[in-house]
Amino acid sequence: MINTTRFLGIGTLLVLGLCAGARAQIKSGDDPEASPIWQKVRASLFQSRPIASTGDVISLEAPVRADDAAIVPVAIKTRFPQASSRYVDKIYLIIDNNPSPVAAVFQFTPSSGRADIETRVRIDEYTHVRAVAETNDGQLHMSTRFVKASGGCSAPPGKDAQAALATLGRMKFRVEGDAADTPSASQPVLAQLMISHPNSSGLAMDQVTRLFTPAHFVRQIRITYGAQIVMSADVDFSISENPNFRFYFLPRGDGELRAEVVDSNDLRFTSALKYRRPE
Amino acid sequence: MRGTSSTLPRWLAQALTAALLCASASAQRVGAVAPLAVTQVQPGVFVHIGALEDWGPANRGDVANLGFVVGSRCVAVIDSGGTPGIGQALRAAVEIATTLPVCYVVHTHAHPDHMLGAVAFVDASRPAPQFVASAGFARTLTARAPYYLNALQRDFGIALTHAQIVYPSIGVANTMDIDLGDRVLALRAWPTAHTDNDLSVYDRRTRTLFASDLLFMRHLPVLDGNLRGWISVMADLKGLDVATVVPGHGPVSSDWPAAVDAQADYLNTLLRDTRAALRNRLTIQEAVERIGTPSGSNWLLTDRFHRRNVTAAYAELEWEEDDPPKPAAPSPAASSAHSGRIGGG
Repeated sequence: MINTTRFLGIGTLLVLGLCAGARAQIKSGDDPEASPIWQKVRASLFQSRPIASTGDVISLEAPVRADDAAIVPVAIKTRFPQASSRYVDKIYLIIDNNPSPVAAVFQFTPSSGRADIETRVRIDEYTHVRAVAETNDGQLHMSTRFVKASGGCSAPPGKDAQAALATLGRMKFRVEGDAADTPSASQPVLAQLMISHPNSSGLAMDQVTRLFTPAHFVRQIRITYGAQIVMSADVDFSISENPNFRFYFLPRGDGELRAEVVDSNDLRFTSALKYRRPE
Repeated sequence: MRGTSSTLPRWLAQALTAALLCASASAQRVGAVAPLAVTQVQPGVFVHIGALEDWGPANRGDVANLGFVVGSRCVAVIDSGGTPGIGQALRAAVEIATTLPVCYVVHTHAHPDHMLGAVAFVDASRPAPQFVASAGFARTLTARAPYYLNALQRDFGIALTHAQIVYPSIGVANTMDIDLGDRVLALRAWPTAHTDNDLSVYDRRTRTLFASDLLFMRHLPVLDGNLRGWISVMADLKGLDVATVVPGHGPVSSDWPAAVDAQADYLNTLLRDTRAALRNRLTIQEAVERIGTPSGSNWLLTDRFHRRNVTAAYAELEWEEDDPPKPAAPSPAASSAHSGRIGGG
């Protein structure tokens, strides 16, 4: 069920990010291409393939300033519906100046209906945030936003790690919209998955306090409807505490929408709901 | 009982500070550090009022209210300020007010504007002072210290090392009394409210409450803990017998318990509006865009903190509806299934 080789990619990049040393202390977003971490991530993920920034495939919405460093909502929108002839295969969410720049790699199928995704991320530092879409014909398209870090008294780790741990693995899963306004059979339906999880990057052993917390975060999500995969994702601790994902699926007749979640301790959580498109 | 330093023009406050420095021989003991302006709000209770601004270089990080209380034996310092320099200036103010040693430095919570000055007190007396905080303080600070150090470097140009972050030597799980000699301070750690490690300090002799950031006045409250918890803690605070309250930000007040009313209004409105947004199925972005500050309020720094408060409130309250029992503890390779809500027809 879990494709371990795909995690190697994220792990390598994670190390790469940490090895970049002192995080870039940039204060302006003038030249997204000049970001040294992006240059490394780009070379690793996409080699020298061209990446278009024309805006006709993907757009990223993110606030100009992170109101709360621990919870920064981002929305990725695609410009066309998923069709078997042309669809968005993958979306990479990259936060240059986070300790682990590759926050998520989402994978979609024609059964996704739309390859849109919303989630919330941690923003450690002034940074470019990027969404790179890879279409089924292998083309790459990128949308970039510059996000300013928040001020002093909010911080990426979150508000109450003990509380988040107390309800570890609890999930809330729902389909958005009333039955009455569900669109026609060919239109995708929006769903939201919430996972109670500290999604912690962990703490290094602190010499003074002797506190040590290993990393503990959601690392894979797989959503199916009936036998079809509608969305899967490899994610890491750049996603906020209590990870939240909003995505589309294309229901056909009766079926069960099912979420399978695996975290970095190999704990598995599942949630499912029956969904039948109204006649 | 309002702190006069908050009402003085800044140039005058600075001039007075300079005059104090020149007049004081004791200032020479700590070098040429200009002491912080402090006001004696009750006998032996001194307060420094920080700027009503966000923590940043424009105000040298001097935004939190700080204080110290003098007993017959020694002194307790309550919060140390937003940079090591502010801590040094506070120490200079203590040494002007008294020759008694500092025996305790209390951290009221792990926010940078309140505790990064602590390093200035490490050698303030012999034996060294005890550093006291809520039992939850060390864990939270450990997770956040790298970001504070980064912000100090980036925004203030101050290079502080991890070793200069002062962790508590005493953690308070519930309550603790500290004796300064003929004067006992009652410390109380609270459930998650403004943060997950709030600690208040109450001087029994003068009925002075250092509420720290459990109470904001004029400065918009900032939610970094739990909204429902904070509202509940405020109700408990109101039951205390208080003659003078020192908020974490804003002027000292003797108008108790009315001093908490404005904050209670704001937080209750935030709770109500955010719950309404969730009922109406607004997304977190939509809630942040649409939930405005209550009309008729005269809070400062709403631009800076209101959107953030909505963000934090939403992320807390979206888990609130239909609180089910906790799931069974999952085990590796075992599946714990929860049935989701039934959608569709």
